[in-house]
Amino acid sequence: MEKEGLGLEITELRLGLPGGSAPILVDKNEKKRVFSDISGDHDNSSTDWKLTQTKNQTVGWPPVCSYRRKNNFQEKDRLETSKMYVKVSMDGAPFLRKVDLSMHKGYSDLAVALEKLFDCFGIGESLKDAENSEQVPIYEDKDGDWMLMGDVPWEMFIESCKRLRIMKRSEAKGFGLQPKDSDHKGNSKDVAK
Amino acid sequence: MCLCLCCVVFIFLILIFYMKMMMGSSFPEEVLEHVFSFIERDRDRNAISTVCQSWYEIERWSRRRVFVGNCYAVSPVILIKRFPDVRCLELKGKPHFADFNLVPEGWGAYVDPWIEAASKAYPGLEEIRLKRMVISDDTLKLISKSFKNFKVLVLSSCEGFSTKGLAAIAADCRNLRELDLRESEVEDLNQSSGHWLSRFPDNYTSLVSLNIACLNSEVSFTALECLVGRCPNLRTLRLNRAVPFDRLAILLRRAPQLVELGTGEASDLRPDVFSPPDVFSNLLGAFSGCKELKSLSGFWDVAPGYLPVVYPICPRLTSLNLSYAATIQSSDLIKLASQCQNLQKLWVLDYIEDLGLEELAASCKDLRELRVFPSEPFGAEPNVLLTEQGLVSVSEGCPKLHSVLYFCRQMSNEALRTIARNRPNMTRFRLCIIEPRTPDYLTLEPLDVGFGAIVEHCKDLRRLSLSGLLTDRVFKYIGTYGKKLEMLSVAFAGDSDLGLHHVLSGCENLRKLEIRDCPFGDKALLANAAKLETMRSLWMSSCSVSFGACKLLGQKMPMLNVEVIDERGPPDSRPESCPVEKLYIYRTVSGPRFDMPGFVWTKDKDSALGLS
Repeated sequence: MEKEGLGLEITELRLGLPGGSAPILVDKNEKKRVFSDISGDHDNSSTDWKLTQTKNQTVGWPPVCSYRRKNNFQEKDRLETSKMYVKVSMDGAPFLRKVDLSMHKGYSDLAVALEKLFDCFGIGESLKDAENSEQVPIYEDKDGDWMLMGDVPWEMFIESCKRLRIMKRSEAKGFGLQPKDSDHKGNSKDVAK
Repeated sequence: MCLCLCCVVFIFLILIFYMKMMMGSSFPEEVLEHVFSFIERDRDRNAISTVCQSWYEIERWSRRRVFVGNCYAVSPVILIKRFPDVRCLELKGKPHFADFNLVPEGWGAYVDPWIEAASKAYPGLEEIRLKRMVISDDTLKLISKSFKNFKVLVLSSCEGFSTKGLAAIAADCRNLRELDLRESEVEDLNQSSGHWLSRFPDNYTSLVSLNIACLNSEVSFTALECLVGRCPNLRTLRLNRAVPFDRLAILLRRAPQLVELGTGEASDLRPDVFSPPDVFSNLLGAFSGCKELKSLSGFWDVAPGYLPVVYPICPRLTSLNLSYAATIQSSDLIKLASQCQNLQKLWVLDYIEDLGLEELAASCKDLRELRVFPSEPFGAEPNVLLTEQGLVSVSEGCPKLHSVLYFCRQMSNEALRTIARNRPNMTRFRLCIIEPRTPDYLTLEPLDVGFGAIVEHCKDLRRLSLSGLLTDRVFKYIGTYGKKLEMLSVAFAGDSDLGLHHVLSGCENLRKLEIRDCPFGDKALLANAAKLETMRSLWMSSCSVSFGACKLLGQKMPMLNVEVIDERGPPDSRPESCPVEKLYIYRTVSGPRFDMPGFVWTKDKDSALGLS
């Protein structure tokens, strides 16, 4: 809705040369551009941010002062905003590495990162096909048990994971992981301490 | 009351002036100076300094307390020239929106030049209060060395210093009474000379107020305990998260005279799991011994099972800040708040919910200030049952309520009208509806009429923050009725320049205006250029003000600093009609500042000539 003539004839200052040439008005499209990123994309919200639990945020909105933001979050929010570094060991590698779980969106994303870290491949494979892969990624949970990675939802995983280990398939045999075609019933995911 | 005293003093002054005019002789200066010593408010002192030359002189020599609302409005040189013997200095730096990360790092507000100058000119300086300023460790050291009678240091939302600077203050300020670091950012530097608290000498006993709640670093409990134990006048103690809740009893027994307390963190305590029962009874006993305690804050991660330790003191509490107590939910909050019948100020998270606020309205009839903060400001869905109804309840039940800060997710014009009619005594009303441009949830209309009712009925309203869906109409109401309004905060509102024009032309007492993400442009700003000289400052970000208009304004108004803050690069690399990112305009008598970072432009910085 255009507002013609603001009735500001008592304008003290004008842009432009004296003699009455029209003031330079900001182009409406430019105005739109200014606001496009804050009107945010409320529509594409749905599943995406529900998973990550963060939203496309406008800087400084809502107006909660930065001191309060830093000091006032619930466990859940703290998980979102703080780093979650865990140690990763790989059988055969001389040094352990650290990876920030909060930086990854899911298991496949983490697998790619781990593959990059140790310059190997096959971790991603293991998530799809646990029984036959070369590498077996396992993690130690809050209770101190070693678990096969990939069973529980990602959010649950990052909350309970304390450290990671990428085991060789050959080592895993001793842990009770059986190939698909064995007679062994059930417990192929049983991992003894 | 001091108002009455002021009136009496003023009448006396008028009489003196009359006599002077009639009789041609003047009172000895000492008499006038004595009379002036009863006038404390800056406005009054400014008024009497304009009466005549001799009164101006006497007043400026006797002014002890100076408040500078914008550190760039005046320079240390000018200040010292006019007021040669200042004892209390208060400075404010960055604009308010810096709290929300809208002011880029490095913008300014350095206090060092002020303290440098004061160290030479005001050896008798006793009090320094700073807000949103940058202060270095070297400057803290300079303070500790330069002012022998230094008593009060308040650093509110400041940054740039570390525990090393605090160590210097502790070690050398023998007469220190107050050290208040409220909400500042302090770097923790592990000192080989020990924790900074232990730098207070053994014979130092004059501490009255200590607020270290913002410190993230460890605190030496022994040093703290010793300090608290040997300072008999200690009234205020706000601890940080490093002080465990169960050790609090020790401190309270050392200082039962405390009036204000901020607890530390209690996350390790779970009364139901493993802590011994005497921790609870110990704390209970310690709190019961504090007969003077009126203000309570802190409560980080307190297990609700521990809350009853403060029940004995609840009836005496006038101020309660639970806004960091993320572990206390509605029912426990209600239980706690309903026991505080004398509560005047409550800061709380939205876990209190509508039900809790209803209970509050029934129990706390003396409530004057309420702030409800969001527990999950970035969640898209409401996580608590807090709506406009809670605020309506409190406005109905608490006749003295005059200051409100309220975060919620829905509002209606009807509710706002009810609140306005219930509380015409409202002086500060800050409403934040979390989702920008949210309409009245009942009618889907803008909230213009609701806020209009607020400004119309609340004739003493001094501060207002708007939110929700708003058109130019709300600004018409504000311009028409907001005659006492001094500070206005606007976001995602309005349709055109007319909105800004209404405010600038209508609000006679406006001092601070801060605007973000509104379609306000050049016209209203240029049409009301003179108004800007009557205000402290104007902030506009993500609006439609062009660089050309900024240049023109800067050239035509020499008493204003027009700062264009733009991190995209030099503004003249873009067309003049291009809107600037951020704009900060303030009146000044000290001309352009010389500490501008690369992303700030003013007319003097820009070498290219502007329009005529």
